[in-house]
Amino acid sequence: MTSAIGAFWAQYGSLLVTGTVATLEMTIISTLFSYVIGIPLGVLVTVTAHGSLTPHPILNAVVVWFVNIVRSIPFIILLVALMPVTRVVMGTASGVAGATFPLVIAAAPFVARMVEQSLQEVRPGVVEAAQAFGASNAQIVWKVLLHEALPSIVRGVLITFITLFGYVAMAGAVGAGGLGDIALRYGYYRYQDTVMVVTLVILVVLVQIAQSIGDAIAKRVDKRSSLAQ
Amino acid sequence: MIEVKSLSKTFTTKSGTHEVLSGIDLHVADGQIYGIIGPSGAGKSTLVRCINLLERPTSGSVVIDGVDVTGFSDKQVRELRSGIGMIFQDFNLFAQRTVLENVMFPLEIAHDPRVAREQRAHALLDLVGLADKAGSYPAQLSGGQQQRVAIARALANKPSILLCDEATSALDTISTLSTLKLLKRINRELGVTLVVITHSMSVIEAICENVSVVADGHVIEHGTVRDIFAHPQNEITRQLLGKVSWDD
Repeated sequence: MTSAIGAFWAQYGSLLVTGTVATLEMTIISTLFSYVIGIPLGVLVTVTAHGSLTPHPILNAVVVWFVNIVRSIPFIILLVALMPVTRVVMGTASGVAGATFPLVIAAAPFVARMVEQSLQEVRPGVVEAAQAFGASNAQIVWKVLLHEALPSIVRGVLITFITLFGYVAMAGAVGAGGLGDIALRYGYYRYQDTVMVVTLVILVVLVQIAQSIGDAIAKRVDKRSSLAQ
Repeated sequence: MIEVKSLSKTFTTKSGTHEVLSGIDLHVADGQIYGIIGPSGAGKSTLVRCINLLERPTSGSVVIDGVDVTGFSDKQVRELRSGIGMIFQDFNLFAQRTVLENVMFPLEIAHDPRVAREQRAHALLDLVGLADKAGSYPAQLSGGQQQRVAIARALANKPSILLCDEATSALDTISTLSTLKLLKRINRELGVTLVVITHSMSVIEAICENVSVVADGHVIEHGTVRDIFAHPQNEITRQLLGKVSWDD
């Protein structure tokens, strides 16, 4: 038994480690950049909404329209459709670099929606209080909306991370590398069931770890309960 | 001094226009505790929001310390507001900030240096009797304590006017009394002018000197609290005073 594990490790160990690293790398980088784009978009949708800080129906409609269009394209289709653009922007349409671009494009509107929902949870009375103390709209966005919505935003980051984790596996199908790629190549094309099962176990374990870490952080930043530390 | 002159406010919705306030006149002298009472939906909250221009009047004017502020630009309005404190029925504290950070918020908005902010906030928490709660979060406090934090926060910028919008409506009897005492002390010791919005006559009786009765967007009666209590002229005022005829 031990020798079987040893033999398996000798044969596939470095492959699985490389795959895990590539998957994590793509997931983390694309989560990060989807927030760099998604937070401003989410803020924009929120503050331009009817009755909000600076209502702007046209701008709001355009952004919401863009967000909905991108969100309605299945990721695997978006991935393939974007390939020419990806080649221009990233210099390649494969590997970690080639996968990150479509991942960010797919996730940013999703993030914008989640940020918007988080910001809508902030009670209007709290915003009114800030206005009553002479806060400007920029100060309200930074110091009130984003600040008060932080626990909800952190929970959103976790959902995005785990969703992108799944998308990365799909990107593996078009040569992005990572665990999805390994599961497909060895498990599906070469009937190496053990490799596929081990890959799946790694994926499940990683998601569980991410969920636990995320929950712990969310709990720590949430001061809204009377039991807050 | 706050003067409100023939102020009207109309809201336009899809279902049509709705006049919430109509031809309101108010005169609040410096250092007064001025009550505005009326049944729910009378337009009291809209009226008080016209004083710090959270609502822009449709017509009429608001004059503060001799300056007509009605046409102020957004920037001027923000400066005006930093001189007018406000407290709310639901306290509206920042849940993600400690008590100390809540009190420092208006000073942060005004870009005061951090050390000065902390000193001022600690002094204010002392004033409202919550010095030991500086590091707590609002959710860990009782309603009465939260409203005291809100009062400390409203005083951070050393305002000359404090607007109180149903400040005790969400509190129990004991917290209501201690909050009213604190407001009275702030008026006496700091000379802050108080505008108190309420639907409760007992609040008016406890701390106000003058009162306007607002119903259906109009001031239907105004005068000293003593006169209004002794000789209510209007049926609605009599009802607010609990003088109901049970026989009809």
